[in-house]
Amino acid sequence: MSAAWLLFLPIALPFAGAVLAFIAGRAGDRRAPQWVNVGTTALMTLVSLLLLSAVWRDGPQAIQMGGWAAPFGITLVADILGAVMVVITALSGLAVAVYAMADIDEGRAKLGWHALYLVLLAGVTGAFLTGDLFNLYVWFEVMLIASFCLLVLGGDKAQLDGGLRYVALNLVATVMFLMAIGLLYGLTGTLNMADLHVTLKTVDAPGLVTTIAVLFLGAFGIKSAVFPLFFWLPASYHVPPVAVSAIFAALLTKVGVYALIRLFTLVFTADVDYTHGILLVIAGATMVTGVLGAAAQNQVRKILSFHIISQIGYMVMGLALYTPLALLGAVFYLVHHIIVKANLFLVGGVAKRITGSFELDRIGGLYKAKPWLAVLFLIPALSLAGIPPLSGFWAKLVLIEASLEVEAWVIAGVALVVGLLTVFSMSKIWLEAFWKPHPDGDAAVGAVALTRGETVALVAPIVLLASITVIIGLAPQPFLDLAARSAQELLAPEAYVRVVLGGLP
Amino acid sequence: MEPWLAILTGLLTACALYLVMCRNLVRIVLGTVLLAHAINLAVLTSGRLTRAIPPIAQGEGGVPETAANALPQALILTAIVISFGLLMSVLVLAVRLRRVLGTVDTDRFRAAEPPPDVAAAEDEHRRHEA
Repeated sequence: MSAAWLLFLPIALPFAGAVLAFIAGRAGDRRAPQWVNVGTTALMTLVSLLLLSAVWRDGPQAIQMGGWAAPFGITLVADILGAVMVVITALSGLAVAVYAMADIDEGRAKLGWHALYLVLLAGVTGAFLTGDLFNLYVWFEVMLIASFCLLVLGGDKAQLDGGLRYVALNLVATVMFLMAIGLLYGLTGTLNMADLHVTLKTVDAPGLVTTIAVLFLGAFGIKSAVFPLFFWLPASYHVPPVAVSAIFAALLTKVGVYALIRLFTLVFTADVDYTHGILLVIAGATMVTGVLGAAAQNQVRKILSFHIISQIGYMVMGLALYTPLALLGAVFYLVHHIIVKANLFLVGGVAKRITGSFELDRIGGLYKAKPWLAVLFLIPALSLAGIPPLSGFWAKLVLIEASLEVEAWVIAGVALVVGLLTVFSMSKIWLEAFWKPHPDGDAAVGAVALTRGETVALVAPIVLLASITVIIGLAPQPFLDLAARSAQELLAPEAYVRVVLGGLP
Repeated sequence: MEPWLAILTGLLTACALYLVMCRNLVRIVLGTVLLAHAINLAVLTSGRLTRAIPPIAQGEGGVPETAANALPQALILTAIVISFGLLMSVLVLAVRLRRVLGTVDTDRFRAAEPPPDVAAAEDEHRRHEA
C-alpha cells in the first residue's frame, strides 16, 4: 500500500465505521454497531502497524491533501512519534471496543454510543497525523464534541454535572489554542508546523514568540491536565460508563502531551531555557499534586483519575529536560502509560461488576473469589508504580537517568518519591478491594453473575493489555530503539521538514 | 484600526471570562459565546485589515498586493461553525441540567461529587430499595 493510503486510512476508517455503526444501529439490530466498532478498530490497528513499519523503513511520510502543496494546503504527516501514537490509539481503541460490548447498555448503544466512540478515535488519530496547526485545532474540536457527547450520553445526574465541568474548561482551552494560532499566523503568515520551524527562526520578536509559546502551553496544559489546570479531570472521569472512562484516560490527555511535545520540539525552540524551564516546574508540581490527590481519595476511579495527572508529570518532565535520553523516556512513557491506564480502568470496571461498587469502603474479598482478576490487576498496578520487570520500571528508569545526566537532582528526587507514593495508592486499592473481606459477607461477591459472553468481552481486553505490558517489560529493547529513533527525529527535525515542504528550502 | 480592534478583543475577553466564572449556568453559556467572538476578532485582526479590495485574482497579475488576506476569514468561518455546534451542545446540556437538578446555580450542582453525608444518605436509600 502506498504511503498516501497508509496516512489517510487511519483517519478515514473510523469515520466510515462511525457512519456504518450509526446506520446499523438505526436498522434496529442491537449487536450490529458493536461488531462494526470492533471490526473498524481491528482494521485500524492493522493499517497503523503498516504505517509504523513504513515510517521505520523509509523515514517520515507525508501527503498533501487535495494536491495543494505545503505550506498552503493541509499536510498529513507521520514521523515515528506520530505513527507510534496512532498504533497505540488503535490498539487501546480495539481493547475498549471489545470491553464495551459487555459494558454499554442497550439504551446508550441505541443513542449512537458506538458511532460517537469511532468519531472520537478519528479525532485522536487526526490530531496525531496532521502537520497543520489549524487542522490540529479542528481535530481537537472533533475530539471535544465526541468526548463530551460520550460523557453525558445516557444522561444521569452525575454524568450531566461532570459533563458541564468537563466541557466548560476544555472550551476555554480550545479558545486559547485558537487565539495562539491567530497570533502566530499574524506573526509568521503560516500555520504549517514544518514551515513554522523554518520561518520562526527569521522572525525577530523574541518577546512575542515566547508569549505565544506560553499561550500554547496554557491551552495544551488544560488539555493534558497539568498543574494547576487539571481540575476538570477528576471532576468528570468517574461519572460515565467504564468503557468511556478507560478510553478517555488512555487517550485524551495524551493528545495534549503529544501536542506539547510536537510544538516544543519543532516550533518553539528559540528560548529553551525559559519555556522548558517553566515546563520542568510544571512537571514536578503535576507529579506531586496528582499523587497526593490520589492518596486522599477513596473511590477506585477517582484514585486512578488523579494518577493520570501525576503520570502526565513524568511525560512533561521528559520534554522539559530536552535531551535525547529524556525525550526517549517521554515517548516510551507515553506508550507504556496508555496501555497501563486503560487497563487499570477496565479492571476497576470488572471489580465493580463483581462486587457492586467503586467505593473502597463497600467492596472487598476479590482475591478470595477471583484470584485471576487479582493477577490481572497487579500487572498494570505494579507497572504504574514502576516495579521491575514491568514496562513502567523502564520508563521511569530512563527518565530518572536522563535527569541525573543533566544534574537535575530535584526533579529526579521528586520522580522517585512520587513513584513510592504510587505504590502506596495501588496497595490501598489492593488491600481494600482484593484483600479485605467484603463488608456484606462473602456471598455479596459475584452476587450478579456474568454470562459467559460477558466474561469473555470484559476479560479478553484486560488480558491483551496486560500481556503487552509484560512484553514491553521483559523485552524492552525494540521499544527503546523505537523511542530512541523518535527522540532523534524530534531533536533534529530536518527529515520531517523536508518531507513536508518537498522541494522548498 | 488594529489597536482599536485589539482593545475591543481584550474587553470582550474580559467580559467573557467574568461571565464564565459566574455561578449562574446561563451566564456561563453566554460567556462561552462571547469568548468565541473575541477570539474570532483577534484572528481577523491578525490578518491584513484592508477595505474595499477583495482578494480576487486580476487576470495575469494575480491577487493585488494590498488586497485583504482571505485565510484568516476562512479560519474564522471554520471556527464559527465549530463554536456554533459546541454552543448547541452546551445549551442542550444546560436545559437538561436545569430540568434534572432544578436549579441553574452551579454551586448547588453536587451530583458528580456529592458531599460525604449526602453520598451516605443516597447509599442508604439505594440499599433500602434493593
